[in-house]
Amino acid sequence: MDYALFVMQVLNGLQLGLLLFLVASGLTLVFGILDFVNLAHASLYMVGALVCASLTLVLGNFVWALLLAIPVTALVGWTVERLVARRLYGRDHLDQVLATFGLILVLTTLAHLIWGPQGISVPLPSWLKGQLAFSDTLIFPIYRLVIIGAGLLAALGLYVLVTHTRLGMLIRAGASNRQMVSALGVNIERLFAIVFSLGAVLAGLAGMLVAPITEASIGMGNGIIITAFVVIIVGGIGSMKGAFIAAMLIGLIDTLGRAFLDGVFKLFMSSDAAENSAPAVSAMLIYIIMALVLAFRPKGLFPPKVR
Amino acid sequence: MTQPVLEARSLVKSFGGIRATDNLSLTVLPGELHAVIGPNGAGKTTLITQLCGSLLPDAGEVLFKGVDITQRPAYERAQMGIARSFQITSLIMDMTVLENVALAAQAHMGSSFRFFRSVRHDEPVLSHARACLARVGLAAEADRVTRTLPHGGHRRMEIAIALAAKSELMLLDEPMAGLGTDESQDIIALLRALKGEQTIVLIEHDMDAVFALADRISVLVYGHIIACGTPDEIRQNAEVRAAYLGEESEGV
Amino acid sequence: MSATNYPKLTLLVMVLLAVLPPLFYFTGQPFYLDLATRLTILAIAAVSLNLILGYSGLVSFGHAAYIGLGAYAVGIPGYHAIYGGLESWGLASTSGWLHFPLAMLIGAIFALITGIVCLRTKGVYFIMITMAFAQMVYYAIVSIKTYGGDDGLTIDVRSEFPGVSLDDPLQLFGVSYVVLVAVMLLVRMMVNSRFGMVLRGAKGNNERMVMMGYNTYRYQLTAYVISGAIAALSGALLGNFTTFISPEMMDWTRSGELMFMVILGGVATTVGPVLGAVAFILIEEVLSTFTIYWQLPFGLLLMGVVLYSQGGLANILGQWRARRALRDASQGGAAQEHKL
Repeated sequence: MDYALFVMQVLNGLQLGLLLFLVASGLTLVFGILDFVNLAHASLYMVGALVCASLTLVLGNFVWALLLAIPVTALVGWTVERLVARRLYGRDHLDQVLATFGLILVLTTLAHLIWGPQGISVPLPSWLKGQLAFSDTLIFPIYRLVIIGAGLLAALGLYVLVTHTRLGMLIRAGASNRQMVSALGVNIERLFAIVFSLGAVLAGLAGMLVAPITEASIGMGNGIIITAFVVIIVGGIGSMKGAFIAAMLIGLIDTLGRAFLDGVFKLFMSSDAAENSAPAVSAMLIYIIMALVLAFRPKGLFPPKVR
Repeated sequence: MTQPVLEARSLVKSFGGIRATDNLSLTVLPGELHAVIGPNGAGKTTLITQLCGSLLPDAGEVLFKGVDITQRPAYERAQMGIARSFQITSLIMDMTVLENVALAAQAHMGSSFRFFRSVRHDEPVLSHARACLARVGLAAEADRVTRTLPHGGHRRMEIAIALAAKSELMLLDEPMAGLGTDESQDIIALLRALKGEQTIVLIEHDMDAVFALADRISVLVYGHIIACGTPDEIRQNAEVRAAYLGEESEGV
Repeated sequence: MSATNYPKLTLLVMVLLAVLPPLFYFTGQPFYLDLATRLTILAIAAVSLNLILGYSGLVSFGHAAYIGLGAYAVGIPGYHAIYGGLESWGLASTSGWLHFPLAMLIGAIFALITGIVCLRTKGVYFIMITMAFAQMVYYAIVSIKTYGGDDGLTIDVRSEFPGVSLDDPLQLFGVSYVVLVAVMLLVRMMVNSRFGMVLRGAKGNNERMVMMGYNTYRYQLTAYVISGAIAALSGALLGNFTTFISPEMMDWTRSGELMFMVILGGVATTVGPVLGAVAFILIEEVLSTFTIYWQLPFGLLLMGVVLYSQGGLANILGQWRARRALRDASQGGAAQEHKL
């Protein structure tokens, strides 16, 4: 096996995993603390990407655009929380699913109105465009390494936030007993708004990071939302640790599967059969993994303790 | 010695650091009304859930008519002849009173994988259900939606459902919970009429009811049975008085 | 029985549905016949979803997958009938006798396999897992390039039955309508049977049903499989209706639309799914004549329905009736008091 190719695909898998973690962490945070299922989470991913894309074109600088897009996305998240989410707390999860489904349509169409149907390319500054050559064959784009770095930084930041800050303590307390936290005099409304906006920022950040590679477009959320759900189902809904581990697992399995499954199949199948079946199976791989995990752990790998 | 209908042997169940059921052993003889009493938090509901199968013990065994049912799921135990009423009313609120009881009856009267005939024409089930409703005094309410019944009606429905199951063992978890004196008297009379027909395990707080109805009483304290005997024996048991009856023993 | 049913409304809707579309066709407006056919096919899928969502309380957000599977069960054999291949499997055929049963079989098998996994979970997990499995099918089909992948199958396939030509839009509508009526009757019969009562009891209070001695999992799985087969049947009809069989048919957003039809129309009623399909199609049509951005008011409407209504269209009528009955009763009571 080509060693260099393998390492590159592992790095790609890590990158995907971290992006998935950013999206999934927001989703699981919002579900764990607010008990709110937000189908429109991916729309925030899309909004982040589009806002950053526009700002890049206006300011001419990707990094500044990203830094500015973050508070803008937080604001969008905050608005969604005030206008929509707030009215749905405590309601049946089905109602939340349906309402946020409607919200997706609204946000997608609004995005269509503002940004148009075409994707927007996000140009990278020259210092991020190059490649790093570890060896003759092992070449990796710098930007992808940057994504991995940024993702790890964000994960670390989240960890520190949740375990070492007052806000984090409130988040953890709210996760295990909402009423108690509120009875203790904490402004629950403000806490929820902050958590929701944080989730929006995480999703948006993922979108911003991925946009230079894939273009910022209104359809970009569709693919990632289901994968994010698979991640939090496998990890355990409400668990950050679960989201991280599951995201990395799924990112790696998905990437390596797509890259190498036909090779693996060719070991015990005819070349034709392998080439015909591998794409379909690798597409289904993460769902098969999800089904297997659920067969043994219906609540995911690391479900948070019951309230 | 007659084979007990139900036997719990050294049951243990812990939640986190707390031992809700601590080496609990209990025997229920056929035809008796066996009351289980104990202070709040003694673990009475945890006991019932382990007996009926919604909870599996960490250690120990549960035997029903000599058969080990410890690992059997709840629906199997119900099929074998154990019926349970809930302390916190658990009924199908949007269905009528009759529909609730008919479902309980249906479970023991043939297969429910029947797709074509309407239950409206299921005479055997319906007449059995109506008979059970009549016994608990709810015959007139048969077509009312369960949600519209007062609390007392719900408590009677719980008993009707247990009756409809044609069970051999009824586990009644505080059937008089939340009822006033008059309604409680009605339930006591009902239970007295059922004695002997069925084996009944009765968990109750109401001491009048317990001492009026029980053939034997087990006293549960901190997950463990500290005493088991006839009502007289229990009344005079010093340990029980200390742990539970306390100052009330003065009047007894 | 407490299954809410509105016999007069149901009759009215079904008669209108039988009569109006052919009328449009014969008066030179075939567009409305096509609309009605699409509506009828979606209504079949909605009825199947109502069985598990409305009556059994199983919120499947992946029902569109069955529609897609059913459509491809028509498309793939049709493709091979034209281009060859798979003859040894007997799957190169345009015969409806192959397509329709194959569709239902595939739907049932997929429902069985995914149901075994899904039904061990509940609540939000269940919703998300059904969504994930549906998306899995979507990605799997997209990755098979032979059948067009992303672009779908653009062959014009019709399932051939002796004596019936599904090429003729009127006949296609007729067949779809008959299937709809048959399915509605079947589901209605089932929900009032012993089997259906167990399902409905489990929806109301699963723990109670288990304590009564029912292995509710088995009943729910059975309902899930039946529902999948029926939805796949609607997919086979859809495959005949459109000339273009695409993976988009099973996108999770299609599942969401199907759910809305059931909920908007009124869960756990016989006519609800049909009303929901009518409402959905009409709204979609009307709004899209005004603007290409029709999904915006549509989304707002959907959100509004969730936030402010309970029970859907059919049950709104039930609520009016109940409120009137209450008013009558209280007036009667007041009259009594006056007498005293």
